[in-house]
Amino acid sequence: MGLKILVLAKQVPDTRNVGQDAMKSDGTVNRAALPAIFNPEDLNALEQALQLKDKFPGTTVEIITMGPTRAAEIIREAMYRGADGGYLITDRAFAGSDTLATSYTISLAVKKIKEFDLILAGRQAIDGDTAQVGPQVAEKVGIPQITYAEEIKGIENNVITVKRRLERGIEVVKCPLPVLVTVHSSAAECRSRNTKLTMKYKRAKTLTELQEAGMDYEGFYKTRPYLTIKEWTADDLNPDPNCLGLTGSPTKVKNIENVVLTAKETVRLTADDKDIDFLMRELIANHTIG
Amino acid sequence: MNNVFVYIEIEEGAIADVSLELLTKGKKLAQQLGKKLEAIAIGYKLDGIEKQLFPYGVDVVHVADDKRLAPYTTLPHNKIVCEIFKNEKPEIALFGATSVGRDLAPRICSTTGSGLTADCTSLEIGDHTDPKTKTEYKNLLYQIRPAFGGNIIATIINPETRPQIATVREGVMKQEIFDAKYTGVVKPIDVKNLLSKEDFVVQVIEREIEKSKLNLKAAPIIVAGGYGVGSKENFKLLHDLAEVLGGEVAASRAAVDSGFAEHERQVGQTGVTVRPKLYIACGISGAVQHTAGMAESALVISINNDPNAPINTIADYTIIGDLNEVLPKMIKYYKQNTK
Repeated sequence: MGLKILVLAKQVPDTRNVGQDAMKSDGTVNRAALPAIFNPEDLNALEQALQLKDKFPGTTVEIITMGPTRAAEIIREAMYRGADGGYLITDRAFAGSDTLATSYTISLAVKKIKEFDLILAGRQAIDGDTAQVGPQVAEKVGIPQITYAEEIKGIENNVITVKRRLERGIEVVKCPLPVLVTVHSSAAECRSRNTKLTMKYKRAKTLTELQEAGMDYEGFYKTRPYLTIKEWTADDLNPDPNCLGLTGSPTKVKNIENVVLTAKETVRLTADDKDIDFLMRELIANHTIG
Repeated sequence: MNNVFVYIEIEEGAIADVSLELLTKGKKLAQQLGKKLEAIAIGYKLDGIEKQLFPYGVDVVHVADDKRLAPYTTLPHNKIVCEIFKNEKPEIALFGATSVGRDLAPRICSTTGSGLTADCTSLEIGDHTDPKTKTEYKNLLYQIRPAFGGNIIATIINPETRPQIATVREGVMKQEIFDAKYTGVVKPIDVKNLLSKEDFVVQVIEREIEKSKLNLKAAPIIVAGGYGVGSKENFKLLHDLAEVLGGEVAASRAAVDSGFAEHERQVGQTGVTVRPKLYIACGISGAVQHTAGMAESALVISINNDPNAPINTIADYTIIGDLNEVLPKMIKYYKQNTK
């Protein structure tokens, strides 16, 4: 039994290394100023997909990502680890999308792909931490959702069993396919690149990347369809333009403030014995401790 | 119509703290708008639940009581809430930023086409003029949250769509009884006719929920560590200090992500909000996501190698030095000078 699995993934700015120029004045992210990485929990989701592929021969794993041209990087990265291919959803019309407009756009891509058994996604992306796109895509595609998954325990008779990691414990749920599952960071880490696959897919490109590189699509790529990363623009998805990008986003950024921490009177101390003794004496004297 | 709604989270018959905190905030917002506060309670064996909710100033409690509604699953709760929203047209709806609220709220917003802001640290009422169209909007919900590495605080609004929906973490808002004698009305929901078999395709087959042993919110003293602590082994020193002082150990997100401490110890915007009488921040730089969760501590001590760490500006005492040197000295002094 082969499954058809779609993995929703996002290339995100590495918010663990943020500089002062990270935000533009309109409150959107200045992506150019930040290193771009594969969103960590999306890698956890990919691993769950690849484990199913190991278990059920004939399974295909394809990535869907929405973003600028360079986001094709994470599709290649997924292919190096075992994914079969992917779709880059890219268009200027998508710029400024909030989670609802993003989910709408991704759901159109899913509906266009049409045949699938399972959609996997990271629980949330580190640039927004909202955890909203997964459930919203599920709603728009019209399938159930299982969030906070730690492990896909199995699939039998078209019914998936999933262990969820909650704040104070675990829950095991089952649901007939198709379903959308969002994967928590406590799930298994993603395997690393496979050397053979890296060699096989290193020249995988989207049409735009080929054109930018001035490479001959007709010759080399025509005979190697597995090297083509599919690229869809708004026109390919037949969208309602009112639901795209900034226009389709009900949330607006009213304003942003740079963070200025209000300074208190701070007593500055060193690690010297007399400083520590002074501090501890004060804390005991004013009954903060003791 | 156009009232303020709060989704009540119920775990094994008990109302979650975060829901009572949201009712407290919701009442203030409702009063500012001159509107009512309504609660939605979905679960099983909910007889008398309204008595726990009315003291928070709740005017209407919508109750959906059915064996199949507990434990929580997404689809039936989604359908019930969406049905209520369709009929009642809320102005504002608030959910806990928990594994339930963060599962349910986005599904609802996708169904209703509403905007949603996750993990707000502050909610206020205010006006807005669209900079392009000059359209004026009165009494919008300002959904305020730190964003993007903590460099900014963003105010998010939903000018056109209703309800305006936000999630808030547990402990961020204060929980206060509005009036112990306050009463409202109960509106039961006809669950049997609303829900169908398809709403129950996801089945919970096993559940192990522990009562959390750790209660950071109640700890009078918190010793917190950040990425600067360096390792899980170094965190032991923090545990030692917390133990002698009678406190608890907390951690920043960077420390949790690096595996130095368990997730339930995380303080900050995506963790717990605490207000202890003493907060000792060890190797924590002080990004706003973290300080959002501890800034109301009565006294803050920062121990950091970096004299320019942002946390130093909100600390009452700053010790510039190596925590591996400082913490043992603190423990030693305390042991020698107290009983």
